[in-house]
Amino acid sequence: MDAEGLLLSLELASGSGQGLGPDRRASLLTSLMLVKRDYRYDRVLFWGRILGLVSDYYIAQGVSEDQLAPRKTLYSLNCMEWSLLPPATEEMVAQTAVVKGRFMGDPSHEYEHTELQKVNEGEKVFEEEVVIQIKEETRLVSVIDQIDKTVAIIPRGALFKTPFGPTHVNRTFEGLSLSEAKKLSSYFHFREPVDLKNKTLLEKADLDPSLDFMDSLEHDIPKGSWSIQMERGNALVVLRSLLWPGLTFYHAPRTKNYGYIYVGTGEKNIDLPFML
Amino acid sequence: MGDPPPYPEPPSQEPGTRRSSQVSEPSLDQIQYPAGVPEEEMPQMPYGQGPMMSQASVPGWSQWGGLPQQESMPMFPPEAARVGDMEYPSMNLGFPPEFQTLPYLDESRIQGADQTNLILQQLQRDQGNLLQRLESVYQDPRSNLLDQFYQRDPQQLYEGSQPGPYIRDDPALQFTPSELGLPPYGAEVPEPEPRQLAVQNAKAYLLQTSAGCPLSLYEHLVNLLTKILNQRPEDPLSILESLNRTTQWEWFHPKLDTLRDDPEMQPTYEMAEKQKALFVRGGGGAEGEQEMEEEVADTAVPNVMEAAFYFQQAGVGLSSDESFRVFLALKQLVEQQPIHTCRFWGKVLGLSRNYLVAEVEFREGEEEGEEEEVEEMLEGGEAMEAHAEEEGEEDEEKVADVVPKPTWKPPPVIPKEESRSGTNKYLYFVCSEPGRPWTRLPHVTPAQIVQARKIRKFLTGHLDAPVISYPPFPGNEANYLRAQIARISAATQISPLGFYQFGEEEGDEEEEGGAGRDSYEENPDFEGIPVLELVDSMANWVHHTQHILPQGRCTWVNPLQKTEEEEELGEEEEKADEGLEEVEQEVGPPLLTPLSEDAEIMHMSAWTARVSCTLCPQYSVAIVRSNLWPGAYTYATGKKFENIYIGWGHKYSPENFNPALPAPIQQEYPSGPEIMEMSDPTVEEEQALKAAQEQALAAAEEEEEDEEEDEDEDQDD
Repeated sequence: MDAEGLLLSLELASGSGQGLGPDRRASLLTSLMLVKRDYRYDRVLFWGRILGLVSDYYIAQGVSEDQLAPRKTLYSLNCMEWSLLPPATEEMVAQTAVVKGRFMGDPSHEYEHTELQKVNEGEKVFEEEVVIQIKEETRLVSVIDQIDKTVAIIPRGALFKTPFGPTHVNRTFEGLSLSEAKKLSSYFHFREPVDLKNKTLLEKADLDPSLDFMDSLEHDIPKGSWSIQMERGNALVVLRSLLWPGLTFYHAPRTKNYGYIYVGTGEKNIDLPFML
Repeated sequence: MGDPPPYPEPPSQEPGTRRSSQVSEPSLDQIQYPAGVPEEEMPQMPYGQGPMMSQASVPGWSQWGGLPQQESMPMFPPEAARVGDMEYPSMNLGFPPEFQTLPYLDESRIQGADQTNLILQQLQRDQGNLLQRLESVYQDPRSNLLDQFYQRDPQQLYEGSQPGPYIRDDPALQFTPSELGLPPYGAEVPEPEPRQLAVQNAKAYLLQTSAGCPLSLYEHLVNLLTKILNQRPEDPLSILESLNRTTQWEWFHPKLDTLRDDPEMQPTYEMAEKQKALFVRGGGGAEGEQEMEEEVADTAVPNVMEAAFYFQQAGVGLSSDESFRVFLALKQLVEQQPIHTCRFWGKVLGLSRNYLVAEVEFREGEEEGEEEEVEEMLEGGEAMEAHAEEEGEEDEEKVADVVPKPTWKPPPVIPKEESRSGTNKYLYFVCSEPGRPWTRLPHVTPAQIVQARKIRKFLTGHLDAPVISYPPFPGNEANYLRAQIARISAATQISPLGFYQFGEEEGDEEEEGGAGRDSYEENPDFEGIPVLELVDSMANWVHHTQHILPQGRCTWVNPLQKTEEEEELGEEEEKADEGLEEVEQEVGPPLLTPLSEDAEIMHMSAWTARVSCTLCPQYSVAIVRSNLWPGAYTYATGKKFENIYIGWGHKYSPENFNPALPAPIQQEYPSGPEIMEMSDPTVEEEQALKAAQEQALAAAEEEEEDEEEDEDEDQDD
């Protein structure tokens, strides 16, 4: 959610039951402004909170002029001092896939993972147990990256793409209409499109190249991994992800308010197919 | 502005009178300025340099002005003749948009009025191009002038002109021959000069519409300018863009009839109506005071706002207006049902709707009539079934071949706990949103709890939805929800040590068979534990709900205990089974065990405790969060504490969920001498048998006949 309208956004996203305490809100309002100034971001988004055993991580993301460029991620333990996290790489994601369980809350904590590795010694090949240390910071980076790639969403029309390439915030976005708000196809993943080129020409003919340049949620696997609800009659549409429980996206139809926040343990719900 | 236009025919107009200063239209400049117009006239132009266009940018005008003078002016094109018509600027198409900011009639150009008259006279005389006339017509600011004009040129005006300025007309009418550069009927068709052609092409381009959008740019601009002229905003250039957008939007979204409601907003209004009903205070005005006193005295409605405030310190819970609505909904529940105590248990999220859960206790004696009826029905059903079994048995004995009785007996059903005890200590009501009616959840049976432990399903939000799973869940979503609520309550309802204590009248523990105490009461001497101590050690917190045994109940019941009915039937068979099963009594941790005794999950404590605000520890509350059931929170400060659950209703498991495998294939009954399965005879065999039988029968008859014949023969002899 945008740091500009943080308080209103938190109110609208409070239906999931998790939010921020007043002391945290106050510190965020101050510190995010300073982050924006120091790092010269175009927009700063409060991404959410990952619950750890000892303490929680508060995550923010900075967006540059081009909205679809890779976002910089910062974390903080007390909502005041923010540290930049390194960008995620494939290697990191693969390495941390083996770590299970909750986050500790201490960025320097190391998970130990034993692995059997083949070691060549001369002509002999035998397996040896190798203990690999994985830092929690790495795990944090890869989890945030995974969540961003799979479940960070925005409504259709909120960003538009110029012919020169960069994507901008659409200042004339007035919100989705009510009928559009209930459909999964009106929401896009906030990332570079992956499936777009696989569409048939017929489908592409109906798309508006300045608005429909990202993947929509319609074809997400597994089907049904999003729960759409209307709260307060039809005045607020809330999407919750079932794949990463804790991610809440809210949008008030016909207004410009929208945003998403993740408050959860940072674990993927792999049992989803059994639960539907 | 000094260079004279390449104007071919010097009109016979008076140079001095033709004050193009009145208008920013370059066309007029060019038309009316003969070569060598005195430059001193120019500065008198009231308008700033902005609207004045350089003549160089108006190449076409000169040509336009060069329309053959021979053409008589039988008729004005209808729209053009309307004074101040917005259609007028259509003539300017193909030129930079500045040209289209039509001269707002400037009152300051009083001088121009006189000049206008002169010009009009000139025009009347002049058979010059129609554009001049149009220009001057448009300049007319005052109606009296208009009248004059009308009187003067009745033929030239379109007689059916509509009243009022700036009326937008049908774009179709714009296509008049004269605008296209073609002369009205009768005149010679001149060669379309290249610049005119350019104008026509430009206009045609602007008039085109695309397949997806029936509105052409031309029409949109017309709309926009009409709107601007109608409304006359202060600084139109600065709001031009937003006006542009709204005009376009209005075209595509015409305002609905004021009498009809917007269909999309209907559910919102309904919800608002329902919630409005919550806010209405019950009772008439005269009794207002009395009721206030009664209400203040003692009410079962919990102080939801206070709890919400403390939870908010930790960043948990619903927003404050939502909490208030929950409070009102609980108040409504208390008024409707005979409730002794009530508590907001929490919110369970579902796929299409959520559940708000209230935990209530009915007053003494107000037993739930529904439950009794249901029980009677069940018992009646059982009696009937027993009766049917007996009859069936008798019938079976009569049949020659006794179908072997299966040796499998269903496992004994563990009876559910009584109301107000164990898992059914409280009653639960749910509703999906404050304002909607509350629905009561049925009591939970041990079988449901046992099965709920084995499955993991999302709740959809509809109470009557089936729960499709393996092993099959005995019940629908209402039962599943109730079972989860029971599990969560048993695992996460905690209180500070010392808040509750056991009652003083204690039965002998040994007599109860180790079942433990199941009741507690508030400790009046509770002093409260400092927040820091609460956070430091988990031993300062205790569970105040009973643990659920693996059996599914809180108090253990031997499933092999026979009820009277069972003893009447099949005694013989039961005796055979007695020796086989011995069930161990299941024991769980007793009531009021501290949290430090809770099992760990993968080297991780089952609870996390924090102070709500590290910056001001003297005023914070202690918050405990369950790691086993994510979403369960408890706060405590001083003498107050409260539990809440907001979440999906699932237990946390570090391992992946492995669904139960289907049961192994059952054994068929063993073949023995008394029961031997034989293959059925085939059709041929049956027919052969039948033929053989017939033959035997026929042979027997023949023999009898032969014997009779023999006897007859004997007798005859």
